[in-house]
Amino acid sequence: MIHYNKFTLANGLKVVVHEDHTTPMAVLNVLYDVGARDENPEQTGFAHLFEHLMFGGSINIPEYDEPLQMAGGENNAYTTSDLTNYYIQLPADNIETAFWLESDRMLSLAFGEKSLDVQRKVVSEEFKEHYINKPYGDVWHKMRELAYSAHPYRWMTIGKELSHIENAKLDDVKAFFFKFYRPNNAILSVAGNITVDQVKTLAEKWFGDIPAGDKYTRQLPVEPPQTAAHKLEVKANVPLDALYKCYHMYPRGDKRYYIADLLSDVLGGGSSSRLHQVLVKEKKLFSNIDCYHFGTLDAGLLTIEGKLVKGVKMKDAEKAIQIEIEKLQNEIISERELQKVKNRVESMLAFEDMSLLNRANNLAFYELLGDAALMNKEFQNYAVVTTADLHEEAKVLFDEKNSNTIYYYAEN
Amino acid sequence: MNRTTPPPIKDAVEFDLKLKPYEQYTLDNGIPVYVVKSDEQETLQLELVFPAGTWYESESLEAAATNFLLKNGTSKRTALEINESIDYHGAYLNRNAYHETAVYTLHCLTKHAEVLLPVLQDVILDPVFPEEELNLYKQNHKQKLAVNLQKCDFVANRFIDKYLFGEFHPYGRVSSMMAYDALQTETLKAFYQKHYTYNNCRIFVAGHMPANMIELLNKSFGATKWNGETHLTRLDLPIQPAEEKKFRIFNDENGVQGAIRLARQFPNRYHPDFPKMLVLNTILGGYFGSRLMSNIREEKGYTYGIHSQLYNFRQSSAINIQTEAGRDVCEAAIEEVYKELKKLQDEVVPAEELDLVRNYMIGSILGDLDGAFQLIQRWKNLILNDLDENYFYNNIQTIKTISAEELQHLAKQYFSPGDFYELVVI
Repeated sequence: MIHYNKFTLANGLKVVVHEDHTTPMAVLNVLYDVGARDENPEQTGFAHLFEHLMFGGSINIPEYDEPLQMAGGENNAYTTSDLTNYYIQLPADNIETAFWLESDRMLSLAFGEKSLDVQRKVVSEEFKEHYINKPYGDVWHKMRELAYSAHPYRWMTIGKELSHIENAKLDDVKAFFFKFYRPNNAILSVAGNITVDQVKTLAEKWFGDIPAGDKYTRQLPVEPPQTAAHKLEVKANVPLDALYKCYHMYPRGDKRYYIADLLSDVLGGGSSSRLHQVLVKEKKLFSNIDCYHFGTLDAGLLTIEGKLVKGVKMKDAEKAIQIEIEKLQNEIISERELQKVKNRVESMLAFEDMSLLNRANNLAFYELLGDAALMNKEFQNYAVVTTADLHEEAKVLFDEKNSNTIYYYAEN
Repeated sequence: MNRTTPPPIKDAVEFDLKLKPYEQYTLDNGIPVYVVKSDEQETLQLELVFPAGTWYESESLEAAATNFLLKNGTSKRTALEINESIDYHGAYLNRNAYHETAVYTLHCLTKHAEVLLPVLQDVILDPVFPEEELNLYKQNHKQKLAVNLQKCDFVANRFIDKYLFGEFHPYGRVSSMMAYDALQTETLKAFYQKHYTYNNCRIFVAGHMPANMIELLNKSFGATKWNGETHLTRLDLPIQPAEEKKFRIFNDENGVQGAIRLARQFPNRYHPDFPKMLVLNTILGGYFGSRLMSNIREEKGYTYGIHSQLYNFRQSSAINIQTEAGRDVCEAAIEEVYKELKKLQDEVVPAEELDLVRNYMIGSILGDLDGAFQLIQRWKNLILNDLDENYFYNNIQTIKTISAEELQHLAKQYFSPGDFYELVVI
């Protein structure tokens, strides 16, 4: 049970506070309700590039990192398809430094041409490091295009292509900032050795006078239900054949989301999971196989991916996966197996809550979902799932027509 | 309100960092148990540590394979049954072999500790190394190696350690398809018998313990002299560094980036220069605002990230500067690294930068000491290296008081370009 208080400033900034007096540290977390899904299809990768620019100095503070490091703090940020999150961890005594820095860059950035020029290059190198210069690095780029026809999840957070990043203009950067980086589009969470009153005073002092922006109403293209299986063959300079299968699942918050999540754990969670046990250890068709999803807010993809043992034929490998899927569709799983995946969720949530940083991140995230209180109710969403739910959902979710398959072949 | 003036801060030197003590218990057979308790959460971490790392191998991969296969079958339980019990209770059983030690780590909810300990006991005391599990291990790890060998950073890490320590030293030895093929059940069993013994075992526990934890540990690990008593000698081994200093390797003709490594040997943690180098290394490339990051990422945009690190190996350390940079800017990036090294030799670090680094390091340690799981890590590192809290406090003292002149002196001694191995793998 995570205790918290929350309030909203006049400009619309939502604030969540979690007191923990067992630590000397504090975390300040700012979540902006903007991700790669909000990008213009001709300017993809922008939300993430923008995250880099947030470290290039703000209107009153030329250097973001230096004063924070001087205060004994560390920071980082991440961008996903759904959101952009910035966080600072520092000794609680110096928490005001975090308020000062974060509020100034919410007020306005410095918008330097030099910063944009350098970060374009940095992000290009990030793109190369993770998606071009790694075996199988391009698979998500291809899978997203294969699986989505309309929804912006069809491009990766890093961007669809390098040129979109290379062509980013300063005017676009400014427009993006004033559209999305407004207090009424953000959630501030503060956790650690601080008090609610202290946070109220500091939030009012530093964030209170930042003007609200126009309300952003998200209207994303809706992905139509998939009616036929999509398949793609790829040949590349990789040492092993690999198979990727993705099925459209459900938006976060939909009760079927939790059912699908448990299904992915039955198939791929832990060394005793079905795919690992049957396909790696018993049939020896794959050298590794996983089943997972990214937990996206809009309907995401439940993914099965594995590398084939040398000499195994792709169609035999695929068939073996299909057999495991059909088992889920034809037979009700045991209560014990359901209990296992629920126990795994319970444990995962408990370990997640151990870190102050995670608690601060999560409070902001659940507030974005609608209410920070959801954080304490999350396990309940899993607890109510029955073996019959898994059985019914397996038939719908793993319908072949809902599948997207990439056959990734090794050249030579 | 004036937004241009930073709010007042409490300076790092004013933080009184205290290493909260551990509790020590001894099991009936003499195994020491080190404990950091914290009852705020319902979670527990239990780690068994053995001197069973690469140091003690006579064949490459012996340590890693033994460590991996311990949990893949005992005389009472199959690998699946072991995995089932762990997964059913939402627990995680991780294993790792490092250069010196090999470990098994259990993370679980406190309420499940009692049923899980007998499983862990079985894994540690009664593994049978089934032939079929070894064959699968070989096949799957060879496949994984084949994928990794296509990555320039993986290849670069292998080569740089080979240059630093020589391929026959445990720090420089690398895995290979041949080494996997050569693994045999009998040698793994022998390695296990010799290194995973009661008198070589140490246990580290953190978090919320069941009230009868020591009793439970005694039942599982303290009741017998399992695997007998062995006495391992640990002598320093000859280091044979490469004679050539500069290497350029083409691993992938279509590669768009090069993995750059610049490294030199450095004395181990017992040497008085080691704590000082921790500070100098931070200035050079140990944090986001470092000289290397500021210049090569934030000024030139050659890379997504560049870092320097100080190895924590026991016999000998090394300073290793590493980055992946655009293929056509690799040579320019290397030149900039040398410029930064030279600058640290030629000019004293400005007072403001040094203050910042002191504060950053102390703040970071304060965060690292937060929570029982983190604290036990700190203690484990000290205990396994035969050190105590004085070592920790001396390091803190060094961070707080080292002068710019001392740092420059250190740079002059250790940052001469000619001393560095220089490698690019494309």
